Amino acid sequence: MNKYITAYYLDEEKLLDGLKQVKAKGFKIADVLSPFPVHGIDKVLGLRRSRLTRVAFIGGAIGAITGFGFQAWVFTMAYPINFGGKPFFAAPSFIPVAFETTVLFAAFSMVFAFLIASKLLPGNDPVIHDERVTDDHFLVIIDVADGSSTDEISKIEKALQEAGAEGIKYKA
Amino acid sequence: MYVSPIREPLIRGNKDYSQVTKDILAPMAGTPSKYWYMGIALALSAALFGAWATYVTLFTGIGSWGLNKTIGWGWDITNFVWWVGIGHAGTFISAILLLFRQKWRTSINRSAEAMTLIAVMCAGFFPLIHMGRLFLGFFIFPYPNTRALWVNFNSPLLWDVFAISTYFAVSLIFWYVGLIPDIGTVRDKAKTKIRKAIYGFLSFGWTGSAKHWSRHETVSLILAGLAAPLVLSVHTIVSFDFATSVIPGWHTTIFPPYFVSGAVFSGFAMVLTLLIITRKALHLEEYITVNHIESMNKIIILTGSIVGIAYMTEFFIAWYSGNEYEMFTFVNRAFGPYAWAYWIMMTCNVITPQLFWFKKIRTNVLITFIISIFVNIGMWFERFVIVVSSLHRDYLPSSWSMYTPSVVEVGLYVGTLGLFFTLFLLFIRVFPVIAIAEVKSVLKTSGENKNHSEHE
Repeated sequence: MNKYITAYYLDEEKLLDGLKQVKAKGFKIADVLSPFPVHGIDKVLGLRRSRLTRVAFIGGAIGAITGFGFQAWVFTMAYPINFGGKPFFAAPSFIPVAFETTVLFAAFSMVFAFLIASKLLPGNDPVIHDERVTDDHFLVIIDVADGSSTDEISKIEKALQEAGAEGIKYKA
Repeated sequence: MYVSPIREPLIRGNKDYSQVTKDILAPMAGTPSKYWYMGIALALSAALFGAWATYVTLFTGIGSWGLNKTIGWGWDITNFVWWVGIGHAGTFISAILLLFRQKWRTSINRSAEAMTLIAVMCAGFFPLIHMGRLFLGFFIFPYPNTRALWVNFNSPLLWDVFAISTYFAVSLIFWYVGLIPDIGTVRDKAKTKIRKAIYGFLSFGWTGSAKHWSRHETVSLILAGLAAPLVLSVHTIVSFDFATSVIPGWHTTIFPPYFVSGAVFSGFAMVLTLLIITRKALHLEEYITVNHIESMNKIIILTGSIVGIAYMTEFFIAWYSGNEYEMFTFVNRAFGPYAWAYWIMMTCNVITPQLFWFKKIRTNVLITFIISIFVNIGMWFERFVIVVSSLHRDYLPSSWSMYTPSVVEVGLYVGTLGLFFTLFLLFIRVFPVIAIAEVKSVLKTSGENKNHSEHE
């Protein structure tokens, strides 16, 4: 992202309408920064459904197997102890701990996957395009290809202007 | 967008997005008020009392408590169950109400979750201190050791270790993931360089990108789906500590659902106690409105009634089972030497919440505050009745005994209350008490600004 154009909206419904117009003219929207999740934006930007749910499922499955398997191993192989004549492999009493490890693994694997995939890590120093984005501005970013003529740039700017965007800026 | 004419707005006052940011960040700015200093001074002195009690317990052992051979669990386990129960409301609000798409949760979920985390910390302290040797607390985890010994996975006390630690860890990440966008807002509104650097670090570099928001929503939804059964499992497992034993009065199958609804009941009472003060002190009445209080009061009626039915069912089954020991325990509870505790519990938990059937009462902030205190007291006594009155007269009349807590036990309890309020007071200064992004996302459909909600 070397050269790009930013513009903002102050209302999420106008934003969605504007994005559709800009998109219809054949311009590719690189990103939209917003103070809260805007519903319907995924479709306009063509974002795929997040695959984080699968990470959670796999994490949970590993947690379930680890939790149950570990208890079974401890009580049947590592150190079998006779508790009041009850069976060593007491499957029902392994369920609570196995359930907790399932939830723990699923939650942590998904959150870590989310943070890593989104490159959200402590100490990150992101480009803050506009400090009002986390307040009430909805910022649209459109990339400008290298070697674009001023004509092409002004075309994008014009499209944004027609779509009702404000504060259009070209940044190189 | 369609706006129901019947539903009252969730957010009062014609707010726009930047006004929301300003209002919610206001309590974090500037120097704290003198009430805040007074509050934290009081809370810290209570915590200091607790620190002294911890010192005495660690250096002289739990012989400094009022426990005896008959009554081996007293205030410590009572407090443990009480605190864990209080924590449940936070997860209930943020997870279960999210799954049910209850938009009113957005104004209260952040502070309720913070309350959960702090309450679970206070809860975890009691089983640890009951070991007498706080520094050997790690013995409860299965770790490889030179004796090649593992923990007893058949014991509900061990299940508790897993349930409480998982609950704390998952609640913590759920809370923090929700906080990340709001920390980004704090960072961008920060005036000084140091503040910007600290909140910039804590925000993990949040930018509000559409892809990030899309993932954030998925993560929140799945975490809610995971936290919902988790919160139910935690108090179920806490109830197993009692239910799997063979003590009359504890050995009942009704315990898991009865404990869970009791937990949500007491948790909502504590949320109300805290938020009624918070909304007033931080001038957030337009965000935490009387409607929010009324909704929470409705949950209190529901869960309070479940608890009331559970008390009656227990009593009925004690008679209907034909088990004389069970019957003795229950008659002894209601009419024995601890009858006063039983009737405090009955009055506070079964009778007072029924007043919320009257709309005038459940929309009255002052009365709600008073009743919420009653429920807190009642639920503390419920655990006291379950723990102590079941133990104090067992099968052998020669070992019957009475129990009075020592000043050290009182100190530990007051200490956790002090810790709770200290941490909550610090929380309201450090993080936004209301989920800013979530409030903004419901503002259009549920705000008061009618012009705003019409599609232009």
